Amino acid sequence: MAAEHAPNASEYIVHHLTHLNSLGHKQAALVDWSVFHLDTLFWSVSLGLLMILVLARAAAKATSGVPGRFQAAVEILVEGVESQAKSIVHGDRTFIAPLALTVFVWIFFMNAMDLLPVDLLPRLWQGAYSVTGHDPAHAYQRVVPTADLNATLGMSLGVLLLCLYYSVKIKGLGGWMHELFTAPFGSHPVLYPINFAMQMIEYVSKTVSHGMRLFGNMYAGELIFMLIGLMGAAWAGTASSGLLWVGGVFAGVVWAIFHILIITLQAFIFMMLTLVYIGQAHETH
Amino acid sequence: MNLNATLFAQLVVFLILAWFTMKFVWPPIMKALDERASKIADGLAAADKARTDLSHAEKKASDELRKARESAAEFRSGAERQVAQLIEDARAEGARIVNAAREAAEAEAGVASQRAKEALREHVAALAVAGAERILRKEINAQAHAALLTQLKSEL
Repeated sequence: MAAEHAPNASEYIVHHLTHLNSLGHKQAALVDWSVFHLDTLFWSVSLGLLMILVLARAAAKATSGVPGRFQAAVEILVEGVESQAKSIVHGDRTFIAPLALTVFVWIFFMNAMDLLPVDLLPRLWQGAYSVTGHDPAHAYQRVVPTADLNATLGMSLGVLLLCLYYSVKIKGLGGWMHELFTAPFGSHPVLYPINFAMQMIEYVSKTVSHGMRLFGNMYAGELIFMLIGLMGAAWAGTASSGLLWVGGVFAGVVWAIFHILIITLQAFIFMMLTLVYIGQAHETH
Repeated sequence: MNLNATLFAQLVVFLILAWFTMKFVWPPIMKALDERASKIADGLAAADKARTDLSHAEKKASDELRKARESAAEFRSGAERQVAQLIEDARAEGARIVNAAREAAEAEAGVASQRAKEALREHVAALAVAGAERILRKEINAQAHAALLTQLKSEL
């Protein structure tokens, strides 16, 4: 950015929070189903492929003999997920346990993008953009897919679909319908609409909160990294700006270390809630 | 913070990744884990078996050792008894030989003394006859009185 015009703080933040989408400029409408976030798609698919590469490599090299360190690490992960799935979901887990593993590893990888320097990839993208003769001020790039509500709601919607699928599969369409109208308050014609409304609210709130929780955590984390980046950018040769710079380094270190916990915890929470919701679909009231 | 079609793309990617994990990642790893678990269980069972085998073998070995020791002791005491018997026999044999020798010597000495007595008797008889001849040169005929003289000889 630099020579001709350095962005002010608000411009910096807005620029960092704007997606690279299929429009080429910021999406105006709140909801527009014709638009894609290219950066979110690129990073989530790339990280998904990386995850598949890592796990498939572990699977290909898995032996029943003495495991190496890499194999042992993957096995710890797999066994942890398996034991969680086993304790929460009572029934056939041939898809659910691998699903939980996918959720955990993939979300962990996507969250971990937050630990890259907040300006690194956007800056490289800007460079590539200006080299090809475009205006670098319009070179948008967000590298944390889980800080995009579309990504997290997409996944929680996937979990909702699986919940519906397993509800029908386990209880039968009739059984599930019966449950929709008789739980939680009981079987009485007067209570049917109330029960149904409660069930709908439950499904919607589960799904929305599931996606929003992860999005909110990662979005807020990214925003704080940007604010810390602004502290570092305040350096202007004066004593007070120097102090801000030192504070920026200190805060960056502290927040990054704390974020290691957050990205792991959020991935774990998303996995556990996935298991809990699908487990609920297995339980008859 | 806008909602758009990225949401559905993410949903599809999510389900594809989960399917891939179920198909190609989960089964081999679980298989390896289960196989290792059964291998370890087998190994532990084999170790247990080896331990009981070892204690059996130790017991057997100590039994054999004890038996060998017992038979050796028996053998030794038998040998000692045999040796004692041999010594006893030899001693008895020796004593018998000594007795026989003594008896033989005594018998021989008896015979010799008998012969000496006979000889002496003959001699005395001859002397007596000679004495009597000298005294009774005329009256006594040796042939006529042989019976008398023989009787006299046996009375000596």
